[in-house]
Amino acid sequence: MRISRRILAGLATASLAVTVTSCGGGTDTSGSFDDTVTVGILHSLSGTMAISESTLVDTEKMAIAEINAAGGVTVGGKSYKIEYIVEDGASDWPTFAEKSKKLIDQDGVPVVFGGWTSASRKAMLPVYESKDAFLYYPIQYEAQECSNNIFYTGASPNQQSEPATDFMFKRSPAAGKPFFLVGSDYVFPRTSNTITKEQLKSLGGKVVGEDYLPLGNTEVAPIISKIKKALAPTGGGVIINTLNGDQNVAFFKQIQDAGITPSNGYYVMNYSIAEEEISTIGPEFLEGHYGAWNYMMSIDTPESKKFAADFKALYGSDRVVADPQESAYNMVYLWKQAVEDAGTFENSAVREALVGQTFDAPQGPVEVMPNHHLAQTVRIGLIKPEGGFEILEETDGVVYPQAWNQFEPSSKGYACDWTDPSKGERYKL
Amino acid sequence: MLLDSLFNGIAIGSVLLVAALGLAIVFGLMGVINLAHGELMMLGAYTTYVTQLIFKLPLLKPYYNAYVIVSIFLAFIVSGVVGILLEKTVIRKLYGSPLETLLATWGVSLILQQFVRSVPLAYGTGLIISLLVGLFLPTIFSSKIKESINFKYIRFSSWVIAALSGVLTGNLISSSVSKLSRASARNVDVTAPAWMRGQVEILGTAFPKTRLMIIIITLISVIAITLFLNQSAWGMRIRAVTQNREMSDCLGISTEKVDVLTFGIGSGLAGVAGVAVSLLGSVGPNVGGNYIVGCFMVVVLGGVGNLLGTIFASFGIGIMTDLIGAGRLLSIWPDMPLPLSNTINFFATTSMARVMIFALIVIFLQFKPTGLFPQKGRMVES
Repeated sequence: MRISRRILAGLATASLAVTVTSCGGGTDTSGSFDDTVTVGILHSLSGTMAISESTLVDTEKMAIAEINAAGGVTVGGKSYKIEYIVEDGASDWPTFAEKSKKLIDQDGVPVVFGGWTSASRKAMLPVYESKDAFLYYPIQYEAQECSNNIFYTGASPNQQSEPATDFMFKRSPAAGKPFFLVGSDYVFPRTSNTITKEQLKSLGGKVVGEDYLPLGNTEVAPIISKIKKALAPTGGGVIINTLNGDQNVAFFKQIQDAGITPSNGYYVMNYSIAEEEISTIGPEFLEGHYGAWNYMMSIDTPESKKFAADFKALYGSDRVVADPQESAYNMVYLWKQAVEDAGTFENSAVREALVGQTFDAPQGPVEVMPNHHLAQTVRIGLIKPEGGFEILEETDGVVYPQAWNQFEPSSKGYACDWTDPSKGERYKL
Repeated sequence: MLLDSLFNGIAIGSVLLVAALGLAIVFGLMGVINLAHGELMMLGAYTTYVTQLIFKLPLLKPYYNAYVIVSIFLAFIVSGVVGILLEKTVIRKLYGSPLETLLATWGVSLILQQFVRSVPLAYGTGLIISLLVGLFLPTIFSSKIKESINFKYIRFSSWVIAALSGVLTGNLISSSVSKLSRASARNVDVTAPAWMRGQVEILGTAFPKTRLMIIIITLISVIAITLFLNQSAWGMRIRAVTQNREMSDCLGISTEKVDVLTFGIGSGLAGVAGVAVSLLGSVGPNVGGNYIVGCFMVVVLGGVGNLLGTIFASFGIGIMTDLIGAGRLLSIWPDMPLPLSNTINFFATTSMARVMIFALIVIFLQFKPTGLFPQKGRMVES
């Protein structure tokens, strides 16, 4: 009796331990290199975010393998093979900070590719700033931040939500109709919706309601009654959706059953649903709704097709590529180019060399701007019945990123420029 | 409008009720704090997913529309069997020590979560099948054979058969349904068959069909469990044991069998709840964790050991959630004073409604700590 209880307690702790292991890799010795350089990859491989973040690890590994196959990184006449250490952030924000310290101090990596949620980035930021190390962050986010130690290769709001709101208000089938905002209850949806509300105010649009679902909650019934009450008088309208991963499944299943569909005049614009999510949620629930991204798998260029084909060849034909993955892919290449131009792995030289780097990405040309964000193309897509997007609109050339939002009153009129010591993180335009 | 609100309340409440029903038996009647209850729900939800994929095979394709109904029974069996195993291996040794039970079942819940992440579902199904065969094959023999000396060989050989059949089904499923042959931590999706999608119109108000289906599942479960507890011989034994264990034991009721049965039924109901939940959202390793707190809340609010209390508590919470969360009071009484309408607007979001409901429950329990319908009569423990 006594012993079996101890065994049980042991089992309970052991099962906990299972979830906190990490793994390393990339020690393949083909080709001839003069030396090696080890970079850090830090994403959640366990916990709620693992589903999304593990795809980024796959893409970053692919980019590194491609670079190695093409001769590695050439710095000062010597060729370096890139090796990597993968750490698991475990969907737990303090763990991200801890693992960052480990990668910088113990492993001495020159750069870390990592993060997904804004919460994880906020947790890591002080670590990189205090050690003057480098984080490359690949996700579209709410901005209102501009660190000298982070490179943001995802979209800022003016490269995703602003053009999307503009499209929905002016050119969508529900043009001119009122908006309803739905999101998960955390920092990104709330900040993003604040910006959307300010933007609609200046466009002359109307927000008739907003609601936030606590993370993990899948009971959408009260939100559905509110959407119906708010939008039914105008015969439908626009729903801006910033829900997180799994909650989208519950949301779309239930709104479709409740008759909130494109055929009834309700159009949902999504900021967090890419090809990966469309295939997991099921295109039959999403058909006829919209998405806004920099990269969409349906882009018909050789670069885009090659990117998708390479990924499928490596990880299976049922896999898809999406905007966050493309962004993760780009940042590995941008780092490589910057290091080669700088001729050293040393931080401040790489930072200087990075600004102004251009790359022919799967989405088209991108360029690193002085505010450490990327200039990139914005696309609006309609979700097709068989999955994926039909691209309806794309900007003529790149859109320049704004780290400080120009609709939000507290940041209006500010910008960020790290190339000019007198300007820095936040200066008045 | 009122009908709509009432329906919404009942719809939310029935999800809570179906999820809490199994716990009302396990925690309410047996007093076992089972933190793995949510994971038993999760197993039910995954059973629905596996059933759905198996019904997509050419052989069963004509019956695809019926897969939800079939999966209700399968989910009951799957979660029930896992529950029985849990009772026999873990919980039996811990009766009377709630803290240890709590820790052990929490450990089990983590193990189950990790299990569905790292074991391909086809082999998980195989494992369940071998458990089923292994546990139930020996019970079909008559008691005469059971008493014979050689019965241990029969028992052993039945486990061998069980293992074999498990491996065979596992391989069969993994070779015929490729989606089930790989382990994945990704959430999966259950798509309701066409006849369950869309809405029906009753009295001029449109009701989503999946919600109606969940209400029906809940109703049937409640009626079945009430009939079982109050009308059948085993139900009577369960009630006898929960009221006075020693006396029932003296009177010749096998308390051990009753414990296994009660726990199995409670777990099986969790599986049924899993089917209902899978119709609403996505199915993932964490799906049960989202419901467990709500389940305990419902059982405590209703009064531990009382099914009727659980029913009232879940519908009460459902209707309150809709009233507060959707800001219904405002549309019922549009010209209320400004400060009041501002307050109501403040709480009329999903997050704040949850806060408000928890606060109300805490206040309620301050005045009636034993819940809505406290257990009356002479209980041995009290």
